[in-house]
Amino acid sequence: MSAIYILWLRALKHFVRSKAQIVSSLGQPLLYLLALGFGLGPVFQRAGQGSYIQFMAPGVICMTVLFSATFSGIGLIWDRQFGFLKETLVAPVPRLAVMLGRTLGGATVALLQGLMVLLLCLVVGFRPTSILAVPEALLYMALIAIVFCALGTAIGSRLENMQAFPMVTSFLMMPLYFLSGALYPLQGLPGPMKYVTAANPLAYGVDGVRGALIGTWHFNPGMDIIVLLAVGALFVILGAWSFSRIQA
Amino acid sequence: MIEVEDLACRFGNFEAVKGITFHVAPGEVFAFLGPNGAGKTTTIKMLTTLLRPTRGSIRIDGLDPATHSSDVRRRFGIVFQDPSLDSILTGMENLELHAALYGVPRALRRERIEKLLKQFELWDKRDIATAKYSGGMKRRLEIVRGFLHTPKVLFLDEPTLGLDPQSRHQLWNHVRAVNQAEGVTVFLTTHYMDEAERVAHRIAIVDHGGIVALGTLAELKEQTGTDSLEAAFLKLTGTTVRDETASNADRMRQFMQAWRR
Repeated sequence: MSAIYILWLRALKHFVRSKAQIVSSLGQPLLYLLALGFGLGPVFQRAGQGSYIQFMAPGVICMTVLFSATFSGIGLIWDRQFGFLKETLVAPVPRLAVMLGRTLGGATVALLQGLMVLLLCLVVGFRPTSILAVPEALLYMALIAIVFCALGTAIGSRLENMQAFPMVTSFLMMPLYFLSGALYPLQGLPGPMKYVTAANPLAYGVDGVRGALIGTWHFNPGMDIIVLLAVGALFVILGAWSFSRIQA
Repeated sequence: MIEVEDLACRFGNFEAVKGITFHVAPGEVFAFLGPNGAGKTTTIKMLTTLLRPTRGSIRIDGLDPATHSSDVRRRFGIVFQDPSLDSILTGMENLELHAALYGVPRALRRERIEKLLKQFELWDKRDIATAKYSGGMKRRLEIVRGFLHTPKVLFLDEPTLGLDPQSRHQLWNHVRAVNQAEGVTVFLTTHYMDEAERVAHRIAIVDHGGIVALGTLAELKEQTGTDSLEAAFLKLTGTTVRDETASNADRMRQFMQAWRR
């Protein structure tokens, strides 16, 4: 238990001490909000869908959580590289505790970054239906964070070097994001797209966050939570298993 | 304290360690001396539960690392060949993290950390991120860390690699001091002969995955009919230079260095 706590605390200390990371993590969401939000806004409005900023802000929050969580999961290869991983691998604690501590730490950081972007959204004009919507949205954001931090851990346990990093970004992260309904409504997509988006766990996270914040659902709250919990459990098991097989 | 019988480890077609046998007594300082690629690090990895032997048996304080990994891990401390500190955390935080992982009781923690940090001349630097430590300070902190949970055995895998002579000298003084003060058994690997000569009670000369000679300094000289450890070493292992292929970790490090520039 104290092992999980101390590794969680370590992730938070890393986050608080890397000011550059905090600032740069706000850059991409801001670009999306301004360029797409205001750029595509008029088109969206003319199509009769209302305010685009209202629609896409939850998607941009989810993007932040997705990227932050996955990267901190995969980030274990930095620890491998700088040697710290070995310190945790020879410690007399189960690998599962080490993996859980790391995952909860990474997920907490991702959640904090998501919260920061939520505040940023408020600054550029996004308005949730009520202040009470925020805790509900945080629940979905936390689930997204755990799902993708565990997935990142599973991937990071298998990577031996950094070369594969851009591949993960372009063949996993970007498709997950663009096929999640973060930037456009999922209603009325052509056949194959409908199935691809329905198989994307992030789509349920985006739906949950958007539903909580502005009251528009594509699926429904129960289904979003069940899918995220199930996928989360699956990925935590997968991540723990992959992590336990790391050879120092 | 360490009993090893016919220990072997094979990677594919390559047998890194070929059936070695040795015993280390409690409180002894025991050195593995050998050229690059002799199997020193592979042996340490097997002794410290990081690698499963292909053959043979290991007992650390009477326990088998394969079946009692947690109990064995509690009994040893290790300083790896490559640095393994968290560079963003301070010296103190690195030690607190270690203490939590090893379940050192909170009441004991502070007291022991303070005592060891003072002894290793790091107390004044305890609240500085270890990224700002010098090579010698990092190594000393790693030894303090490996020693924090009062292990029975301390493994040191080429701990002085890349240190200047002053830091090496100081480091070995500290290691001898803890060996004498707390009676901890020390198992070290090195390819510096002067170090083995200076700190070890007994030396095993290893090459090509086997032990080619084992004994005290005097015994080794007598066996080989030479007058220095260096002469004995070269007589036993030859004078050809060993080229090691870069490991994955090495290559990744090079890649990162290029990338950061």
